[in-house]
Order: sequence, then structure tokens, then C-alpha cells
Amino acid sequence: MKYAFYPGCSLEVNAAAYDVSVRAVARVLGVELVELDDWNCCGATEYFSQDELTACAVIARNLALVEPSMNQLTAPCAACFLNLKKVDRLMAEHPDLGGKINEALAAGGLHYDPGRVRVRHLLEVIHTDVGEEAIKAKVVRPLTGLRVAPYYGCQVVRPYKDVDDPEYPVKMDELFRWLGAEVVDYPVKSHCCGGHMTQISEPEAFELIRRLLQSALEYDTDVIACLCPMCQLNMDAYQSRVNGMFNTSFHIPVLYFTQLLGLALGVPEKDLGFGKEIVSAGPVIHAKLAAC
Amino acid sequence: MAERVGVYVCHCGSNIAGMVDCEAVARWAKENVSDVAVSRDYKFMCSSLGQAMIEEDIRKEGLTRVVVAACSPHLHEKTFRRACSNAGLNPYLMQMCNIREHVSWVAQERDPATEKAKSLISAAVARVKRQEPLEPMKVGVNPRTLVVGGGIAGLQATLELADAGYPVVLVERSPSIGGHMAQFDKTFPTLDCSACILTPKMSEAYQHENVTLYSYAELEEVSGSVGAFKVRIRKRARSVREDLCTGCGACIEKCPRKVVDNDFEVGLGYRKAIYMPFPQAVPKIPVIDRENCTWFQRGKCRVCEKMCQPGAIDYDQQDEIIELDVGNIILATGWKLFDCRKIPQYGYGRLANVFTNMEFERLCNAAGPTSGKIVLRDGKTEPRSVAIVHCVGSRDKNHNEHCSAVCCMAALKFGHLVLEKTGAEVYSFYIDMRTNQKMYEEFYCRLLEEGMHFIRGRVAEITDAARMPGEEGKLIIQCEDTLLGRQRRIPVDMVILMGALEPQADAKELGLKCGISCSMAGWYTERHPKLDPVATMTDGVFVAGACQGAKDIPAAVAQGAAAAARVMGMITKGTVEIEPVVASIDEEGCSGCRICNNMCPYNAIEYDAGRNVSRVITALCKGCGTCVAACPAGVITGSHFNNEQIGAEIEGILWDARAAAGRGAAAAV
Amino acid sequence: MSSTTRARKREWVDEVIAETPNGHRLRHCIQCGTCGGSCPNGAEMDYTPRAVFNLIVAGQKDKVLSSNTMWQCVSCYFCTARCPHQIPITDIMYTLKRMAIREGYGRTSDAPALAKAFTHYVDKYGRSFEMGLASRYHLLNRPLAAMKMGGMGFNMFKRGRMALTPSRIRQIDQLQAIIRKARQLGGAS
Ligand SMILES: Cc1cc2nc3c(=O)[nH]c(=O)nc-3n(C[C@H](O)[C@H](O)[C@H](O)COP(=O)(O)OP(=O)(O)OC[C@H]3O[C@@H](n4cnc5c(N)ncnc54)[C@H](O)[C@@H]3O)c2cc1C
Ligand code: SF4
Ligand code: SF4
Ligand code: SF4
Ligand code: SF4
Repeated sequence: MKYAFYPGCSLEVNAAAYDVSVRAVARVLGVELVELDDWNCCGATEYFSQDELTACAVIARNLALVEPSMNQLTAPCAACFLNLKKVDRLMAEHPDLGGKINEALAAGGLHYDPGRVRVRHLLEVIHTDVGEEAIKAKVVRPLTGLRVAPYYGCQVVRPYKDVDDPEYPVKMDELFRWLGAEVVDYPVKSHCCGGHMTQISEPEAFELIRRLLQSALEYDTDVIACLCPMCQLNMDAYQSRVNGMFNTSFHIPVLYFTQLLGLALGVPEKDLGFGKEIVSAGPVIHAKLAAC
Repeated sequence: MAERVGVYVCHCGSNIAGMVDCEAVARWAKENVSDVAVSRDYKFMCSSLGQAMIEEDIRKEGLTRVVVAACSPHLHEKTFRRACSNAGLNPYLMQMCNIREHVSWVAQERDPATEKAKSLISAAVARVKRQEPLEPMKVGVNPRTLVVGGGIAGLQATLELADAGYPVVLVERSPSIGGHMAQFDKTFPTLDCSACILTPKMSEAYQHENVTLYSYAELEEVSGSVGAFKVRIRKRARSVREDLCTGCGACIEKCPRKVVDNDFEVGLGYRKAIYMPFPQAVPKIPVIDRENCTWFQRGKCRVCEKMCQPGAIDYDQQDEIIELDVGNIILATGWKLFDCRKIPQYGYGRLANVFTNMEFERLCNAAGPTSGKIVLRDGKTEPRSVAIVHCVGSRDKNHNEHCSAVCCMAALKFGHLVLEKTGAEVYSFYIDMRTNQKMYEEFYCRLLEEGMHFIRGRVAEITDAARMPGEEGKLIIQCEDTLLGRQRRIPVDMVILMGALEPQADAKELGLKCGISCSMAGWYTERHPKLDPVATMTDGVFVAGACQGAKDIPAAVAQGAAAAARVMGMITKGTVEIEPVVASIDEEGCSGCRICNNMCPYNAIEYDAGRNVSRVITALCKGCGTCVAACPAGVITGSHFNNEQIGAEIEGILWDARAAAGRGAAAAV
Repeated sequence: MSSTTRARKREWVDEVIAETPNGHRLRHCIQCGTCGGSCPNGAEMDYTPRAVFNLIVAGQKDKVLSSNTMWQCVSCYFCTARCPHQIPITDIMYTLKRMAIREGYGRTSDAPALAKAFTHYVDKYGRSFEMGLASRYHLLNRPLAAMKMGGMGFNMFKRGRMALTPSRIRQIDQLQAIIRKARQLGGAS
């Protein structure tokens, strides 16, 4: 299994734990990730608010950089994933726009034919392509007893509805069940973490984060598993400030799903970026997983 | 002798003339198309003046062929054929050419539209000259009618025909007739008891001397055509002999196997492995659900057999095939409920106290699983607040684009029942309140008066994730109150989803068997949406009730009666004329290869072993042309669609290309 | 049908439609409020998305572009996924953001400044740069908030989650050529 790999800016620094755990997990599962040479930023949601055509062209450069020998590109970040997928779709559905994007790419000596690359989120690659059997066969340290709340957020499951159910996704739930964890079935798993709102207006953003943490708490969650650097940052790094604003005392670690997957596959914690989260996951994980 | 063709170009008011220069087209035809003796344009060709004009030309100008360039032959082919007959011209020497649906309604610009009209007329003239006079075939109408579906629409049709003295065969898929109405408690807007008005009709139909009822049966195959259909019915094995069973119910009482009833009780109640869907079922004969019966699954039990005094239990019963001749068919197969799980944000199947509308009907029903008590899923707690969510799976391009037409009224009915029985607060979340039949708006006013709350906004989601005090342990309805322009969250104990009425899952398949088609949404297509709502494009096949589109009981009943009246008209007339457009085999050239025998979708070709030739059974042939194309010897001819006619039509349509090629050749010389 | 539709005068709604992929569906809005009810930030908006669409159709450009609605949009796509008429609501929000920036509205929110700062780094380095963003955007636009963020920034820094220098792509010239061409082809600046 070989995929072009688009890590995205966050994975370089802020989401380094995602980066190392993705690569470690891929090695164990036999997924070959070939990092896109000289990839550029996907522009997040910000570039689209400024200039649509340029945003598309900037994103399309990455699609054009995928080597001709490969036809699948995977991204771990939800925003990067959606941007890449969206531009591929826009170019296919709106040939006018596609033509202009290619004209812009031509200025850099590049070209992209829509549909050439299939953009996949990492969760699809692991859940669907690697699949249940292969994963179960490689579990050496089941997550028995650990109550994991899978958090999907928005942009992996919406607006395109082909990755998972847009309202009530289940793929990460299934994955954690394969790993032996107790999956928390809570109602807000695809609700919004506030995205960039933490940077713009805290009261609104913190309220959205509070709703997620509140529901996770009510369902007795040990750890939240997420699949996007922005979600992780909002729920983890802002957790103490959310507590400050609402006079709450949340203390729920938020990890990348690949960190927990890595753990189950027997990758040492130090190779999975543990300890980089602000709300430390160590204690609850050691307590729960040592117990059995 | 050259033919004398008359060409008539209709303006259709401005429908055609708005986009096509009709005058120029008519002039052009006269000057450029060979053998055109007369060519005229007129505001409305279908008017009596227009028809008279054609008739007069036939007589005075000695026309031998007529082309009418107007609307679709579906609409007016009969009209113009009649005009020709009146003037003594064989009606099959008239050809229609559709310059409305195929030209003016789909064109954007006038010049190309006008050119296209010319091409089509040129094609029609070329073809009509090669047409041959045909005589319509007369077929006697079998007075027996097949009605498929025993809901209120089918029952109405059945009774109208039977009361008028004609035999009816009623085929119902489920073990009892009655349809959805049998599940309801009260009916809007009068709130009369549904069973009280329905069951008399059910037993009347069953006992009627002119009605033969096959319940637990399905229509398998239809052949033939109007007046003389042959139908094959599969009567599924009930495992109970209808001739012996007295309907005492001893078997049901003693059957040890209890299963969730996902049909009549929509999952809220239980039934036995041997069961009747409901106490007033008609026929009052149980059926064994073989998937769940201990004897059929594990080879043990046979308790029902021991209990049955008359000895009616028959575990070896087989499906029975019944073949019948009927003159007409009425489809009244109704609707099915939208699967509310398809909208996960409404939580059906996940949040216990979210109910569907059909579940709620059973909850309300005195004969239902809770004896009519409105309670939560725990079976005992009465709700103190209830939310009714409109348009679930209706008016939604992700599911069904259509409005289900009855659910606003059903929501009001539910509101009234909740208020009356529990005094709970009731909220309706609607997009538009559709109460547009007799006494419906008045019913809406009544509920306003009774204190039901109305919030204009389609529900965004239903959640148990409490956000604010007062929300804990409740179902929270999140929506925008569009009249306030503000988001609202309303905590309630119970939610009712007004799921959409959808076409039956097998509607298309059944339609195909009878030769009728479905709309994009899946409802049966009527012959004309306004003027012919119960007939279909296939003569002798009628539709009635919700299978033609979501509708309420009064409308379904009206259609049932209307369909019956149409059938009676055919029966009274005694014979029908059927299109002489059929295939025929030239026996001289037929090698007896029999390829065509299996190709014919209507089984209309038989093989004569003695003479080693195939022969078309004219009464069954629909003129589809499959065999014509299939015959390796090329000896099958489709009248009215023979190769010569089609070839001429193609050449005619390409008149300008031909002219251009001619010029090109001339230039080269 | 088309034969009876007369050419209409171009209105503001047409511009919004033209700038949004599949934007024509905006005309199908039945004002049901699913979007407004679904929006996680709907309670904070001057007008709900539904109300905005009504205003757009009514030609109330000034009201819409000076509102905070689109700036409250966090691109969760709930509205888009649920809209019964499959209207690309989130994309219309993007269009409104661009129009507001272009026409000098958008001072009601810090969002345009964030967007500007962000694209600045992408254009310059080919990668986003969080530390740079933090200083450029926060210090310039909201020094008070930046101070509150201080503690958090330190925590991130301590765990190696914040870098002092930007990462750059190798072929920045190529990217910039693409960007220049795209702008020239009709993008805004
Ligand atoms: C919750 C709810 C409440 C309602 N309340 C009211 C009300 O109070 N008043 C009102 O006027 N309307 C009401 N309606 C509308 C009402 O249900 C319909 O108008 C009515 O059912 C239409 O009758 P029908 O005979 O066309 O179809 P159905 O009632 O659906 O009957 C169709 C019959 O055909 C049978 N069938 C289907 N397919 C086949 C097949 N292939 N072969 C043989 N048989 C087949 C079915 O088993 C069924 O018996 C309500 C609808 C809903 C959803
Ligand atoms: S044989 Fe089947 S239907 Fe009869 S009593 Fe036993 S389980 Fe019930
Ligand atoms: S009848 Fe009312 S509830 Fe039913 S689909 Fe139409 S508008 Fe919606
Ligand atoms: S959800 Fe769609 S149709 Fe409903 S108000 Fe919003 S945009 Fe309009
Ligand atoms: S995409 Fe934007 S407008 Fe739509 S629901 Fe999410 S935040 Fe609201």
C-alpha cells in the first residue's frame, strides 16, 4: 500500500505528535507514505476568505506535485484533507474554474488533471484500506478498559458525505473497538470545535469547546481521540482557559487517534509523541492499561 | 401517382409561435417540400375550426396524406385521426410532428428553432407518403377487473365495480386488506374513528358476491392488452387452509412463539408466529410466519395443529399460482413510510423517545400496544411535552423532493390527541403549514385555539446533549425560529417525526409488469396530470390512491371511484379498438429459427411446429419492434414502422444536409 | 420554460451567485431555517444564514456585508450537509467574506486580519508560521489578547509545539509565480 503523503504545516511543529505517530503506525501497518516533495501550505480556511482562485491554485500545486506513478494522496489534517479534495472536485465539476487553475499552475510549469489523484483522509486509509483483519492481527497491547471518545469534528465528514456518515460517523468508533477500547458513544462527536474562532473571538470559541468537553465528561471519558491538529489544539491547549471562563474543572487528555493506535500496536510511547499534549494523558493511560 | 400532402402548422397560441416562425415554416413547406399540395398555419389546430379546415382540404383539395405539426401525439393524435376519418381519409395516413415539446419548449433561439421545425416537417412528409391505411382491431372487453392493493383506494374501486354488477378480483399483498388506514386511530379533520369507517368496507368487499379476494398474494405477470389481459397471481402459502379455518384464533392463543411485530404494530408490539395482523383483519384467517415458526425453523412444536379443531393448519401448503383473464387493471398499491434513520441528526433508533408518525398512530390507538395511552418508550411514563417535527424526508432533495401532502394535517391531528389525552405541551416545528382541503384550515385554527405551539423552522437536530439548565434528561429540539430570526432550543420528553410518504419499494417493478412508468419521484405516471389523473399511458391500466402521489383519504377514495367509473365505461362499451400497429412475419422467408420467440417481451410470438414457422399473435403484440430488429432473415415487418418509412423519415430530417451536399458536388464540378 | 424567461437586470444576488460554485442554488432557498438552527455560532450572528439569504435576494448588500454573520462562520459545513435544497451555504459565506474584505467592510471582526496575516505567510514562505502569526496578527490587532495568550504560548513552546523560525518551501519562486498568475486571472489581491 503506497500513498503520497501530505503532512501539512501543523504537523511540522504544533502537531508533531501526530506526525511521529502517523509515521510510526504506518510503518507497523505496512503503509508506505511517500512525502510530497516541497509541498506548500493548503491555506486552511483563511485563503478561501481572501481569494478563491488563488486559494485553489495554491492547493492545486500540491495535487500537481503528486508523482505520476501514484494516484492516491493522504492527509492527516482535516482542513488540508478537505481543501485538497475540494479543489480536485471543483476542478472536475467546474471546467471553467479548472481551466483557470491550470493556467495559473502553468506559470509554475505545472498541470493537474482533476480526478488523477484520489484524496483520502488518513482515517479512511487505516480503517478501510488496511482494514479490520490486518489491524486486529497486529494488536499486541489492547486498549482494554480505556474509555476513548472518538472525536471527528467537521471537515473530514462534511460537506462530502463519502468518507463516513456526516452526522453520526462510526469509522473511528469501529477502529477503537478493534483495538479493544471501550468506545464512548456520545452525541457531539461530529460537532464543531470552533476552528479558527479561538484566534478571533474567545467567548464563542470557548463555548463550543465547552460543549464538547462537557459531553465527553458526562459520558465518563478517559481520553478524547481526534484526527485534526486544530481540534486537538482547541480542546487541549485551551482547556485550562475554558475552565477559567466557565468555572469548570475539565481535565480530559486529547490525543491523536494514531497515538492510541500506535500504543495498541506496541510502538513505544516515546516514539508516539506522548507528553506533547498540554493536558497530560500519561496518568490515565498508565492507570487504565496497567490495571488489566 | 404522386401523393397530395396537406401540412398544418399549429401556433398553439404562443406556445409554439413564440419561438418558431410558424407562418414562414408553412410557406416553406409548400414551396420546398415535394408533394405538398396545401400548407397552412393556424392559431389552434386542435380547435373545431382547425379540424374543420383539415377536413375541408381533404375533401376539396383531394389530399391523400396529412401532416400536423403541433404538440405531442399523446395529446392530440386521436383528435386529428378523427378529423381525417370524418373526411373519409384513413386515419393512419395522418402523421403528427411534435414542434412544441421537441422544439419551442426546449429551444432558446428563434432561428434555429424554426429550422428544426422545418426538418421535422420534412421528415414527417417523407414518412407519411409511405404510410399505409390500417384498420384498428376490435377487441371485446372482459368485464372482470383486477384491482391490486386493498387499501382504501383499492377497496373503493372494488366496491364501485362490484356494486355495479361486475366481477372483481382483488389482490392484496399482506394477510389482510385495509391498508394504512387500518393502523390509524382517528382521521383528520373530522376525527372520526378510522376503524369504524374502514372495517365495514373491508367486510363488504370480502362478502360481496362479485368480489374474489386473494390476500397474502401478489401479481406476478401480465400479458395481453386492454380488454383481454392475462394475469398470473401468486397466492403465497398461508399454512392455513382458508376453506377449513373458522377464524377462532385458538392457534394464535396457544402458539408459544412471540415475535416483535414490525409490520402492523411498527415494532411497538408483539405477534405470534401464527398471527392475524389485527383483530378485525379481513379475511379473518391467520397465517404462519415461517421465518419465525419453531416448526419450520427447528422441526419441533406443531402446537397450532393440535389446537385447531377444524384441522385447518397445513404445514405443507405450497404457493398457489392462479391464472386469470381480465379486461382492465387498477393499481392501488399506496405508499410506504420513509426510513427516519436516514436522518441521523434526528436520532431515530438511537434516542429512545423519538417516534415515527406511524408508531404514534399505534400508540394512540385504543386497540394498539398501549391501549391508546400516550407513553414514552418505557411503556408507562406520560410525556409532559411533545415535539412534532414536520417534513422528515419530504421537501428535502437529499431524500424526497416532494411534499407528502398529509403530514401537516396528521401533525395537527396528533397535537389534538396529545392535548386531549395528556394535556402535555405540544410544539409543531413546520416550514409551511399545508392545510388546503375542505375544513383543513379550520382544523388548524382549532389547534391554535387549543393551545398547540407552532414554531416556524425546520428542525436542525435533536439531541440529548444538555447545554443549559433544564435540558438534562430531555430531548432537545434545536432549530431556528425563523419568525424571530433566532436559534431556539426546546427541551421535550417525546418527539414525533412526520416521516414522508414514499412510493412502494417495488412500485417500478410492478409498473413495468403492467406497462406503466413512474415519475422521477417514483409515483405512477398518470395519462395527464390535470385532465386524466387515473388513466395511464397504457390502455386498460388505471391507478388510484397514494401510488399515484401522496394524498389524503378523501382524495384516494375519489380516485378509486374515478378509476372504477373509467373501467365501467370500457365494459359498457363492450369493445375497444386497439392500435393496428403490430408485427407480422412473412412465412415464406421464415426459417423457423425461433430467435424471435424468446425475444418478444410480451410472449406474443408462437411457433408452428408443423410448418416450421413462427407466427405473431396479433392480440398480444404491442408493436414494440424487438422482433423486427432481431430476425436474422429480415422477414418481420412492423406495420407503421417499417424500414422504408423510417429510412424516408431520416432522409427527410436531413434535407438541408442533402441540399448542402448537392451544392458541394455542384461546386466541385 | 427558458423561452419564457426574460433577461433580468443583473442584481447583487447574481454577483453572489456568480462568485460561488453551484451558487445558483441560492435561488432555491425555502427559508426553512435548517441552516440557522444548525449553525454552532448561529446565536452570535447578527442574522442567521437563512436571514442572510433572504437579505441577499432582497438586495440588501450593505446590511449583509456590514453584519458579523460570515465572520462567525467556522466552516463546520453542518448547514451545507443538512440544507434540504443542497445550497452551498458555507461557500456562500466564503464569498461574502471576500466581498466584505474587497469592499472595505469587515471591520466588525478580527477575522479578516487573521486571514490577511495568514495568507501573508503562505505567500512569503509557502508554509504557515504560527509564531509569526501570533506576533503579526495578535500583537498588531489585539495586544490584550496576546498577553492573555502568553501563558499558553509558553506551555506550547516548552513542549516543542511552537517554532521561532518559519519553515520554507524550496521552490518558493514557483509558488509565487502561480500566485501572481492566479491573481492576474481574476483573483482579488
Ligand atoms: C401518520 C399518518 C396519518 C394519516 N392520517 C390521515 C388522516 O387522518 N386522514 C386522511 O385523510 N389521511 C391520512 N393519512 C393519509 C393516508 O394514509 C392515505 O391517504 C391512504 O393510506 C391512502 O390509501 P391507499 O389505499 O392509496 O394506500 P395504502 O393505505 O397504502 O394501501 C395500499 C395497499 O396496497 C397493498 N399493496 C402494496 N403493494 C402491493 C402489491 N405489490 N401487491 C398487492 N398489494 C399491494 C398494501 O399492502 C396496502 O394494503 C395519514 C398518513 C400518515 C402517514
Ligand atoms: S407450529 Fe409454529 S405457528 Fe404453530 S404454534 Fe408452533 S410456533 Fe406457533
Ligand atoms: S404536508 Fe406539511 S409536513 Fe408534510 S411534507 Fe408537506 S409541508 Fe412537510
Ligand atoms: S437550510 Fe437551505 S433552504 Fe433552508 S433556509 Fe438555509 S439555505 Fe435556505
Ligand atoms: S458552515 Fe458556517 S454558517 Fe454553516 S453552520 Fe457551520 S459555522 Fe454556521
